Amino acid sequence: MLLLEGLELQVGGFRLSADLSVQAGARVAVIGPSGAGKSTLLSAIAGYQPTTKGRVTWAGRDITGDEPGARPLSIVFQDNNLFPHLTVAQNVGLGLSPSLRLSADQQERVADSLARVGLPGLGDRKPAQLSGGQQSRVALARVLLRARPLMLLDEPFAALGPALKAEMLDLVKEVAAETGAAVLMVTHDPDDARRLGGQTILVDGGRAEAPQDTDALLADPPPGLRAYLRGDGAD
Amino acid sequence: MKNQILAATLMTLATSAMAEDLPVLRVLTYDSFVSDWGPGPLIEAAFEETCDCDLQLVGSGDGAALLARLRLEGARTDADIVLGLDTNLTAAAAATGLFAPHGQTTTNFDFPAAWDDPLFLPFDWGYFAFVYDTTKLADAPASLQALASSEISIVIQDPRTSTPGLGLLLWIEAAYGDQAEELWQGLSDNVVTVTKGWSEAYGLFLDGEADMVLSYTTSPAYHLIAEEDASKAAAAFSEGHYMQIEVAGKVASTDQPELADAFLSFMVSDAFQSVIPTANWMYPAVTPSGGLPQGFETLVTPDNALIFSASEAAEARDTALERWLTALTQ
Amino acid sequence: MIRAIGAASAALVAAATLGTLAAVASKADALPRLTPSDWAAIRFTLTQAVLSAVVSVLLAIPVARALARRRFPGRGLLVTLLGAPFILPTIVAVLGLLAVFGNNGLISQVLQWFGFEPVHIYGLHGVVLAHVFLNMPLATRLILQGWLAIPAERFRLAASLDFSPADTLRYLEVPMLRAVAPGALLLIFLICTTSFAVALTLGGGPRGTTVELAIYQAFRFEFDLGKAALLALVQFGICAVAAVLILQAALPAGFGGGLDRTVERWGISTLGLRLQDAAVTVLAALFLVTPLAVIVADGLPRLLTLPAEVLEAAVRSLWVALVAAALTVVLALSMALLAEGRGAAWRGFIGFLGSLSIAVSPLVIGTGLFILLFPIADPVALALPVTALVNAVMSLPFAYRAVAPALAETDLLFGRLSASLGMSGWARLRLVVLPRLRRPLGFAAGLAAALSMGDLGVIALFAAPEQATLPMQLYRLMASYRMEEAAGAALLLLVLSLALFWVLDRGGRMRAVA
Repeated sequence: MLLLEGLELQVGGFRLSADLSVQAGARVAVIGPSGAGKSTLLSAIAGYQPTTKGRVTWAGRDITGDEPGARPLSIVFQDNNLFPHLTVAQNVGLGLSPSLRLSADQQERVADSLARVGLPGLGDRKPAQLSGGQQSRVALARVLLRARPLMLLDEPFAALGPALKAEMLDLVKEVAAETGAAVLMVTHDPDDARRLGGQTILVDGGRAEAPQDTDALLADPPPGLRAYLRGDGAD
Repeated sequence: MKNQILAATLMTLATSAMAEDLPVLRVLTYDSFVSDWGPGPLIEAAFEETCDCDLQLVGSGDGAALLARLRLEGARTDADIVLGLDTNLTAAAAATGLFAPHGQTTTNFDFPAAWDDPLFLPFDWGYFAFVYDTTKLADAPASLQALASSEISIVIQDPRTSTPGLGLLLWIEAAYGDQAEELWQGLSDNVVTVTKGWSEAYGLFLDGEADMVLSYTTSPAYHLIAEEDASKAAAAFSEGHYMQIEVAGKVASTDQPELADAFLSFMVSDAFQSVIPTANWMYPAVTPSGGLPQGFETLVTPDNALIFSASEAAEARDTALERWLTALTQ
Repeated sequence: MIRAIGAASAALVAAATLGTLAAVASKADALPRLTPSDWAAIRFTLTQAVLSAVVSVLLAIPVARALARRRFPGRGLLVTLLGAPFILPTIVAVLGLLAVFGNNGLISQVLQWFGFEPVHIYGLHGVVLAHVFLNMPLATRLILQGWLAIPAERFRLAASLDFSPADTLRYLEVPMLRAVAPGALLLIFLICTTSFAVALTLGGGPRGTTVELAIYQAFRFEFDLGKAALLALVQFGICAVAAVLILQAALPAGFGGGLDRTVERWGISTLGLRLQDAAVTVLAALFLVTPLAVIVADGLPRLLTLPAEVLEAAVRSLWVALVAAALTVVLALSMALLAEGRGAAWRGFIGFLGSLSIAVSPLVIGTGLFILLFPIADPVALALPVTALVNAVMSLPFAYRAVAPALAETDLLFGRLSASLGMSGWARLRLVVLPRLRRPLGFAAGLAAALSMGDLGVIALFAAPEQATLPMQLYRLMASYRMEEAAGAALLLLVLSLALFWVLDRGGRMRAVA
C-alpha cells in the first residue's frame, strides 16, 4: 500500500498537501485543473520533488528519502521516456540493468517484452524510427520488465489520438495486471479516468483528496471538479 | 585516454633513461644552440667521441631566459655548464654566486677586446649591425647618425625581450652616451616596428617590410654560403659596432667538475670552434687552424669595436632602456 | 569516483593557474610597485582590448547574419576556415597579416601601382586589425550560433505578420544579439588582454606595450618575480572586473557544432538584401582568407621537402595535441559533472575555475610550473607532459563553455529518466552523458588539439633537443635563417591544426543523434 502521510510540498509559492493511501494493485487516475499540482504530486512520490513535511511509505517502509531509482516504482513521463541515441532494445534493457550489462537470458527477456507490447523484432531500431504510439509501447515494455509494484504515468499518451490512447490504456491495464502493480495516472481527460476503471484522486485547491470511485466521482463531481469539467467541455 | 597519457609519459621517461651508465654532463644553453640546424648536434657528437660521457644539451629560450632559469633553479641546479650568456648578462650571472672559475689558460681570443673574466669563457662573438639588401638599397648609411637623419626604414627588436634589441641599446649608449636619447629620437621615425625577437624582425625584413634590420655583421655570410646569395650586406657604421661576446661558465655545484673542465677546454679547441661559423653564424672566439670558412672574408669588419665591460653594461642598461622608451613612445 | 576526478581536475586547474601565480609571487624579493610605464601598459592593454572586442563583434554581426540566412557553394568551407585564424601561432599570423597589410604587403603594392601611398599599418589601428583578424571569426561563430538558435517558428510567425527586415531585426534579432553579443565581447576582450607579440609588432614599438610584455620585462630584463606576479595579478584583475561589468551571466555557451545549416527565412530575397549579404560575405572571406592564402603560397614550395626533424617534431606535436585534447575533455567533463546539481554558488565557482586560464599570463603559468616542479622532478623529463597539461588548461575555458551547457541540457531532457532507472555514476556517463555530449566534446577536443598544436606554451623553459615540437622547430628554423623552410613548417602546422580540429569536431558530430 502506498501511504502519503501528512505530505506537504512547496514549489515556489505554490503549496500542495496530501494525506491519502493507494491500495496495492489499485488503478487510480489523478485528475484536476491545470496547475493544480497533479504532476507535482507524482514527482514527489517518484522522488524528484523534495517534500517539506510528512512522509511517503510503501508497504510500511518509509521511502521519503530514497533516490528515484531506488523506489519501488516505475514512471512514464509525458516525453523523453527513451534515450534517442540508444536502440529500442537497449532502452528496454535499462529496466533490467542500469549499466546495460545484460546476460543472454536477460536479452531474451528484453525481446520477449517487446513482443509482448506488440513490437516483435524492432529491438535494433532507434526511437526516432518509431511512431509516437510505438515509442509509448517501448516505455511500457520497460515498465513490464522492471516489474515494480507501483506504476506512475504522467500524461504519457496526451499527444496520441483517441483510438491509440485507448489502446495504450488497455496495454497499461494489461501490464499492471501482469506485474500486479498499482497504477497512478495523471490525466486531464475524464474519459481516460473512466477507461482506466477504478478510483480517482482529485487534486484541487492545494489538496490531493483521497481516492474515490471514479464513476461515482464523475457522476456527482464536487464544485471545483464540476467547474473544471465544464470549462474543459466548453473549450 | 589514460593510456595515451601514460604512453606519452613513458615515451619521455624512456628517452631520458636511454643514456646507459655513462657519466652525464648537462649543458644548459639557449634554444637555437640545441636546434637541429644549430651547433648543438655537431658539438655533442664531437665531444662524446672523446669524453666517454653523455653530453646533454638543454635549451631554454635565449640568453636572458637562460639566466632567469638559472636564477630560478639556484644552487639546486643540475646543470654542469651554462653556455650562451653574453657580456650584458655576466654581471648578473656572476652575482648569483653559482659559477666557479673556469680555470682555462687560453687568453688569446680573436676578438678586439681584452678578456680577463675568471668565471666566464668566450666561445663566439660578433658585431651587431644593420643588414640590408644591396639590390634594393643602393646607398647604405655610413653611420648611426646618417641612418637617423635618413628616410631609411628599419626593423629592430625589443630590448626587453631580445638579445640584439638590448645590444642596439648598449651600442647607441656606448657610442653616444648622454646624447643617446637624441639619437633615438632621430631614429624613431625610421623604426617601422619593434619585434619580440630576432626571427620576427629578420622575417619581416626578408619580406620587404623594411629596408634594414638589426642583426649581425655575420648575417650576410649565411645568405652567401648557404644560399649563394650575395645580395645581403651589413652596413659599416663610423661610430663603431657594439660587440656581442657569448660565454660559458662552470656551475660551482657540478657533480662532474673534471668533465666540465674537459668541456670548457674542448670549447676553445678547433673541434668546437670550427663548428661555430656556419652553424651559429658568429665568429669563433679562437679562430680554428683551418681559418674561417670561405665567404667570411667578404664581411664588413668595423674599424672600431665597442663594448661595455660586464659591470658597465649592467649599470648602463636601465638608463638606456628609459631613454629608448621615452624616445619611442613620444 | 567521478566526483573525485572532478575535484582533482578543479584542483589541478587551480594549481596551474592560481597556484603558479602564487609560486611566482613566493619568489619575490621585495614588495613590488607599479611604475608609470606599467600604468601606461595597463591603459594600452585596456584600450586595445576594448577596441578589438567592439570592432570584432560589430563586424561579425553582418557576417553572421549573412551566413545564417544564405546558402551558397563553399559556405561549409568558409565556416570551417573561420576556425583557422584563431588557432594560428602568433608569429605565423603576424607574418601572414603583414604580407597583406604591411608596407610591402599586397594592398600597398596594389596601391603603389596606382600611384598611391602604401598603407601604414603600424599603430593602435594595426593592433586592432590584427586582433580582429584573429578573433572576428570566433565572434562570427558565436553570433551565428545565436542566430541559428532562434527557432524557425519565430521567423515563420514573423513572415505571417508581414514583418519587414527592420521589424525582424527589432523583435527577433536584436534581443538575440543582446543576449549573445556581451558574451562575445567579453570573450574577445579577455583573449586580447594577454596579447603581446601581436600588440608589440603591429603597434609599431613600445607604444604597443601590454601588461603581458611588462610581465616579460619584469621576468627577464629585471628578474623581479614579485613585479611579474603583481602584473599578472593586475592582468587577472582587469579580466575579473571586465567580467563583472559586462555580464553577471556566463560566457557564451557552446559555440560548437550545428553551424552547417541555415535558418529558413522569408522576405529576404530582395535584390538589395541579397547584394548586401553577398558583399559582406565576400569582404569577410577576403579579409580572413587572404593572409591564410599567403601563408599557404609561401609554404607550399617547401612543404614536401621539409627536413626529417620537422616531420618528427610534427609527429611529436600531434601526440602532445591529442593528449592535450584528451586531457581537456576529461577536465571539462569532470568539472561540469562536479558542478552539476550543485547550488548556484558552487556552479559559479567551478565555472570561474574553468574560465580562469583565459585571464592568466602564459609566461606566469610556465614560470610558476617550473618553480613548482623543479624541486620534485627533472623539468626536462616533464617537458612534453607539462606542455600537454598547460595546453589543456589553456583550452579549458572554451571547452568548459561548450560542455557545461550541453550537460545541463542533457540533464534537463533526460535527468529524470536516468534517475528513474537508477542510472548513475559510470553507467550514466557511458550510456547517457558521453553519447549525448559527443558534439560539444568533439568540438572541445578539436579546439584543444588545434590550439595545442600551435602553442609554444611553456616548453621553451623546459626543452631538450630531442623534444622539439613543431612550433619550436618553426622558430628554430627561423632562428637559423631558414625562413623558407620555416614557411613550409608553418603551412604544415596550419594544415595539421585545422585537420585535427576538423577530424575531432566532425567525429563528434558524425555519430551524434539529433
